[in-house]
Amino acid sequence: MKTTLTINGASYELEADSRTSLLDALRNHLGLTGSKKGCDHGQCGSCTVIADGRRINSCLTLACMMDGVEITTIEGLGEPGALSPLQDAFVRHDGYQCGYCTPGQICAATAMLDEIKAGWPSVVTDDLTASPELSEAEISERMSGNLCRCAAYPNIVDAISEVAGVNGWKEAAE
Amino acid sequence: MKPFDYARAQDVSGALDAGKIIAGGTNLLDLMKLGVETPERVVDITRLDLKRIEDHEGGLRIGALVSNSDLAVDDRVRRNYEVLSRALLSGASGQLRNMATTGGNLLQRTRCYYFQDVASPCNKREPGSGCRAKGGATRLHAILGASEHCIATHPSDMAVAMQALDASVEIEGAEGTRTVPLAEFYVLPGDRPDIETVLKPGELITAVILPAPLPGRQTYRKVRDRASYAFALVSVAGIVSVKDGVIEQAALAFGGVAPRPWRNLEVETALAGREPTRETFDAAADILLAGAEGQGGNDFKIPLLRRTFRAVLGELTQGA
Repeated sequence: MKTTLTINGASYELEADSRTSLLDALRNHLGLTGSKKGCDHGQCGSCTVIADGRRINSCLTLACMMDGVEITTIEGLGEPGALSPLQDAFVRHDGYQCGYCTPGQICAATAMLDEIKAGWPSVVTDDLTASPELSEAEISERMSGNLCRCAAYPNIVDAISEVAGVNGWKEAAE
Repeated sequence: MKPFDYARAQDVSGALDAGKIIAGGTNLLDLMKLGVETPERVVDITRLDLKRIEDHEGGLRIGALVSNSDLAVDDRVRRNYEVLSRALLSGASGQLRNMATTGGNLLQRTRCYYFQDVASPCNKREPGSGCRAKGGATRLHAILGASEHCIATHPSDMAVAMQALDASVEIEGAEGTRTVPLAEFYVLPGDRPDIETVLKPGELITAVILPAPLPGRQTYRKVRDRASYAFALVSVAGIVSVKDGVIEQAALAFGGVAPRPWRNLEVETALAGREPTRETFDAAADILLAGAEGQGGNDFKIPLLRRTFRAVLGELTQGA
């Protein structure tokens, strides 16, 4: 079946079986291999992309359901020489080891910081009616949908903390 | 995944009896990849006008397509239904909550390992084929409400909070609209564990109705194998009011322990009018746990549920 997808501001005509996930469409049909396939069951987060401003698991999304939705992948966040603030921070903080989960981590973190700006609480927020204050505990909870098999979590949290301007970020120790 | 025809519903009537409904897809596509679900026709309802949260008779009417994120962060839910907001925020991950819908969350299937493994017999997948969970790995399984044919648990957090909140489910069918209390929506497995709700073939959930908020404090306590992004081993949704040193009213529901979001009104009756003491909590827990049965790997849930129950009641009544 035919679907028109909007990805990183460009329009793509996809001709694919109805079973094609958004992740497989990106990687196998459109050559956008930045998004990674880890578990393919929504458990690891390495396929995370941003749809109409919200982070989603592209492996649990049918491509044919996504016409009219603005998709942003890691390729749309920045490029060599013009990295997004989170991409740059992940490099400087060594927020990875093998790097396989990194595109998903950065897409998830990008949308997560927008959720904070919109005032969304998390389950570790004490007062649900107040604007949440970002802390390392908040970042860990909000990023729990992205697994890192190399366990680079401390550096991932540092990278996100720096971009988010979290108080007490360990700048002096760098 | 088996091939299927894809169609998009243009209105609610076009979605009735049209095929397997897909909305967020987070559970259905997972089960289709595993071969547990093999629909011939998938009907996409994501473009239907069921995404609003409206004030309704002092409470809220939540459209079936409202995402778990949108519901959790709604100002009215955060202010008046904290137990629901916390339950939603304790479930899944940020990504999944953005996709998962209110109706889909109610209808999500068990995470029983044997249900998800098509190489295992399963009375829920194929009635009469047997149950591999009994005598198998039972860490996630039920201690209340199970049958000899099925010991699976319902995995939702959201539905546990809604059960404590006396929610109802609005259902559209060929014969019109009906509203079913959530307390009557889920059916116990008995000898037909494949039948999980009173939803009839071809019907569609269009909304969840919350009555006006109850007085008192609210919380949702979830105990799990890791601090985030895991299903409940045991959870407690509680709304408790205290007046003049005694418990005035308690509404409590329990997750991770039964085939449906569990509620036992006798537990609440045993609390009402009593002082919030450990003896009161234990006497109520005795009623909750009467008939509780472990399967070996989940025996720990019986004392864990008692302790979590006491902790939640202690938190909600302390200093009140």
